Amino acid sequence: MTALLDVTAVSKRFAMGGILSRKQTDAVVDVSFTLASGTPEIFTIIGESGSGKTTLARMILGLEDPSDGQIVFEGSSAEERRNAARRLAFMRRVQPVFQNPFEAFNPLKQVERYLEATARTLLGLKDRTAIEDAMDGALQKVGLSYAEIKGRFPHELSGGQLQRVAIARALIPEPALLIADEPVSMVDASLRMSIVNLLRDLRDTFGVSVIYITHDLATAYYISDRIMIMQKGHVVEMGPARPVLETPQHPYSRLLKQSVLSTENAGQGVLEPADRSIARAAWENAGSGRLVEKPDGRMVRE
Amino acid sequence: MADSTDILTVKGLKAYYRMAYFGIDREVRAVDDITLSIRRNEVYGIAGESSSGKTSLIKVLAAAIRPPLEVVDGALTYRFGDIEIDPYKASSEEVNAIRWKHLSYIMQGSMSVLNPVRRIRHSFSDFAFQPMGVDKKTFWERTRAHLERLNLSPDILRAYPHELSGGMRQRVTIALATVCQPEFIIADEPTTALDVVVQKDVLAMIRDVQRQMGSSVVFVTHDMSVHANIADRIGIVYAGRLVEEGPTRTLFTAPKHPYTAHLVGSLPRIGDTTTKAALEGRPPNLADPPSGCRFHPRCPLAIDKCKTEVPPLETVGQSHRSACWRADEVKPLAPVAGQPAQVTP
Repeated sequence: MTALLDVTAVSKRFAMGGILSRKQTDAVVDVSFTLASGTPEIFTIIGESGSGKTTLARMILGLEDPSDGQIVFEGSSAEERRNAARRLAFMRRVQPVFQNPFEAFNPLKQVERYLEATARTLLGLKDRTAIEDAMDGALQKVGLSYAEIKGRFPHELSGGQLQRVAIARALIPEPALLIADEPVSMVDASLRMSIVNLLRDLRDTFGVSVIYITHDLATAYYISDRIMIMQKGHVVEMGPARPVLETPQHPYSRLLKQSVLSTENAGQGVLEPADRSIARAAWENAGSGRLVEKPDGRMVRE
Repeated sequence: MADSTDILTVKGLKAYYRMAYFGIDREVRAVDDITLSIRRNEVYGIAGESSSGKTSLIKVLAAAIRPPLEVVDGALTYRFGDIEIDPYKASSEEVNAIRWKHLSYIMQGSMSVLNPVRRIRHSFSDFAFQPMGVDKKTFWERTRAHLERLNLSPDILRAYPHELSGGMRQRVTIALATVCQPEFIIADEPTTALDVVVQKDVLAMIRDVQRQMGSSVVFVTHDMSVHANIADRIGIVYAGRLVEEGPTRTLFTAPKHPYTAHLVGSLPRIGDTTTKAALEGRPPNLADPPSGCRFHPRCPLAIDKCKTEVPPLETVGQSHRSACWRADEVKPLAPVAGQPAQVTP
């Protein structure tokens, strides 16, 4: 079985400052994971801001070159995609969904023009009815229809609808992998579950693998198959989502879980900041040790 | 209704955005007939989705509205000690006299509150020196003491905003809003832009400072899990109207409005693998809201009466009010584990 996506020992360093005060920042350090083809799954990357999760997503999308290591998608690495035709072929298979739907769409253009542009460039369609069919097909998958959004501007749609249109745009070339970078953090709580349920339906019904990037542990628990927790560019814990989130082992994972606001004690005024000793252990040992495999299939940095 | 323990009473408040372009009058009813009272020494949570009018409501409460938003009807009374004031009837000098000293505001975007080209101490003297009404030396002594009480080093007064992390900046804006020991604090989504770990620390800080000073806090966010942890009472706003109000625990265990039941029931939780349904439809357009109960197009319990008659906000339990024709039939979607509902008077 070939891998859909193979990330091997990938690192990314950014240089900051001028010639005299040059500093190196490690955004991503030695990250490896594999998504198998044929078994669609939701792979979740969790971390705070600055943990390198978005940099990793940009490298997978080919928007950033890794400093070390290799990212191979369906047998081809980024170097082999230098020419336009190969690049387009890659974009047909991997599509992004971004965080803020209000920023992703130009407020002065009808939203369908984005769908149309994707259908033209990636599917090479020229015929008007074929384009409309492709748009309608993708919109049907997200619970909308072309008739509903025809001629609409972004401000005429709610945040949840707009994010669904963004996902529909990504689905037009029928990709094998969708990279969703915090797709729900800008969407209202009441509409959030419609996006999360949609990602799950895409996996179950249409066989699309999803890399779901978030800092929300509760939705991650709800939809993920596997999970990877990142701290300052390092993977600290990786494995099957539910066991990892139920009993996290690395101090940083425990700190994240403790910080989740529970509704069990609603209205009791219980609001203890996370245990300081755990937090200190988590921060001081950031990045030290190596990943060790545990009997239940998870990897923990020790 | 008017009780000596109430710091703020709002009666029949209506505030509309009114526009007249090219001879066409448009009216957006962002705050529509809201009646509530806020007690001393409590955290009152306001929950609702975007464009439900919750930001308009707190702008009206803070007396910080600008045209086209205007107060059309209703009364708003603050009671600070022996001062009793309706900011829309008082002169602007009287309103300025209560600002920051009695009534302050924690804003959402900490980066846009603090002046990026000046040190933090300038923000403090700009905001708080005049309302505090003491000489410079006492002012800085009190400011330093206040920062220390909030576990912030007084050294941050010398820093520029960009030198601080997002969580630290948000803490500075909380210190800034509370330095004059105000009795009434409005917090507009102060933690929405923060990471999970930092969010909990900032919430704990707001809660601590509220307990220390015995102030009242109006806390606005759409995230029900934040409300569960910080609010004593919650008011749910839908399409410009207050649809349910009650003690936090009661709303989480025995909601009496289908919208609240949905908000509470659809929260995903670690350890819970059941499928959570999303609410169908979209938030209503406030320029042309649905007739009758504004929630009826999305409501699973809607009957014909809901389409024509507006349900009044009626008492359904101890300090628990709900605006629903079928309040008795509302069932919580997923009961919260733990002990049964406790109603704190």
